[in-house]
Amino acid sequence: MNAPGQISARFRGRRGNFPVDLEFRAPARGVTALFGPSGCGKTTLLRCIAGLQRLEEGYFALGGAVWQDGRRFLPPHKRPVGYVFQEASLFSHLSVRRNLQYGQRRAAKGGADQPIRFDDVIDLLGLAPMMERAPATLSGGERQRVAMGRALLSNPGVLLMDEPLAALDQFSKNEILPYLARIRDRLPLPILYVSHDITEVERLADHLILLRAGRVSAAGPLEVLQADPTLAIARLPQAGVALPARTIGYDPAYGLTTLAVAGGEIILANDLQPAGAEHRIRIAAADVSLSRQPVPGSTILNVLPGRIMGAEPQEEFMMLVVIGLGEDGAGARIMARITRRSWDHLQLAPGQPVFAQVKSVSLTLPTGGADTA
Amino acid sequence: MPAEIWGPVFLTLRLATLSTVILLVLGTPLAWWLARAQARWKEAVATLVALPLVLPPTVLGFYLLIGLGPSGPGGWLAGLWGGRSLAFTFEGLVIGSVLYSMPFVVQPLRNAFEAVGDRPLEVAATLRAAPLDRFLTVALPLARPGFLTGAVLGFAHTVGEFGVVLMIGGNIPGETRVLSVAIYDYVETLQWPRAHLLAGGMLVFSFVVILGMTLLEKRIGRARG
Repeated sequence: MNAPGQISARFRGRRGNFPVDLEFRAPARGVTALFGPSGCGKTTLLRCIAGLQRLEEGYFALGGAVWQDGRRFLPPHKRPVGYVFQEASLFSHLSVRRNLQYGQRRAAKGGADQPIRFDDVIDLLGLAPMMERAPATLSGGERQRVAMGRALLSNPGVLLMDEPLAALDQFSKNEILPYLARIRDRLPLPILYVSHDITEVERLADHLILLRAGRVSAAGPLEVLQADPTLAIARLPQAGVALPARTIGYDPAYGLTTLAVAGGEIILANDLQPAGAEHRIRIAAADVSLSRQPVPGSTILNVLPGRIMGAEPQEEFMMLVVIGLGEDGAGARIMARITRRSWDHLQLAPGQPVFAQVKSVSLTLPTGGADTA
Repeated sequence: MPAEIWGPVFLTLRLATLSTVILLVLGTPLAWWLARAQARWKEAVATLVALPLVLPPTVLGFYLLIGLGPSGPGGWLAGLWGGRSLAFTFEGLVIGSVLYSMPFVVQPLRNAFEAVGDRPLEVAATLRAAPLDRFLTVALPLARPGFLTGAVLGFAHTVGEFGVVLMIGGNIPGETRVLSVAIYDYVETLQWPRAHLLAGGMLVFSFVVILGMTLLEKRIGRARG
């Protein structure tokens, strides 16, 4: 029996010549990103969950409801999923309105209670101006918004998104991301989000599942996996951590906001009032350097005391160091990519107190509520 | 104009309309199966359907004559309502037309269903549409251009068939004397003005059908973007 509030999945079999053995558990809330290189089985996993594909062995449960096990196999149209494909795949013979109603009507007929209301989705995704248009007349970004609305209106128990931004240009991506964040923040709906773009994942995900060659290589909360120097994502040039942060002060004379993160404070050149507002910041490993003493007379705003929690050699001459913030190192973890030479010369070692000098902190996407307050 | 001329025209229209309706009813599930099934032997079925494209009409007509005759399945079928044979009857002509016009309807339908692809049907499935629902509300409307082409080609080809009709229908006024046979008959008996009338009519009809279909397809193509 699956625990309430949890998603459990296991799919085993072959996809063409590749063996697939995908097993994971994730919380049935928030955004869980399925991340990995192309061909690792991300899309297969999503299709199996929707019942569009069937491998030799399969198990899936959402909360207490088992959709598939050794004996049962719910056909796709009986599974309460919302599926957003990489291409919007709108029905070209129906108007935007009729596309949106397609799943809604059938879900209502099936007796599903409808906590997601039509007008709310139109508002949430800004669809009102395009309701009577034909899909062929919409831009790529608009089409994908309609596709998301259509999936939401079928009142799913879980929203499956298969690289919904991958087919879009950068401009359309930036247009869509705030809408995705709004879905995440406003609707009580777990989202499984497939992506091979780590920046998307950092902006949206709470929970991360790493896939590699048909297997799950790691799973856990985003900030835990990001700060694990042994994982493949730590080797990406843009490796870093995304951390939740809360506004605690603003200095209007210099335009600087002070944010609290677990175990420390971060100053950011941005107006992020009011106090108490929740944000997500990103600190790249390449932007952090370490010193054993506080460096006097520096222009760097953010110098955070912390403790070395671990380190992993990278390539030939680099070290990826994990720092726990706070005197005791118990706060949030960030990473620093430094040279092997510095590591040796400063005689750094796990457990040692250090000062992390953070050259740059970026704000990931504003949360969904920010632009409509 | 004498009834003698209008008789074959109406008979031809009746035959073509009835055949086209039957072809759409039978051809749709067949084309759907050919487009979607994984079975290896489906191409053998597709070949059978396509045979009238290459077989001489006399060959097809010969086998139909045997099949529809008193000792074939057609004779047995006719026996159900007290007849002796389906050859040289209107019903026999309908059966023949359905067979020889089959590829002209099934092929465009199959192409249209294949062009729809898996994705719209998968989308519909994730939006709670059961298989029949998906077929009716997604596959059929998206395949509409194929239906238009299939219906027009099936109708036009039935109107124009000559060899098979002559083999299995003969030349019975009001029963099997269709347009193409009537023209042949008028030419044989040197009634040139009547042959001109019917042949010219067919020429105009064919031109209008093909032009109309082309324009309609273009318009649908534009609307779909």
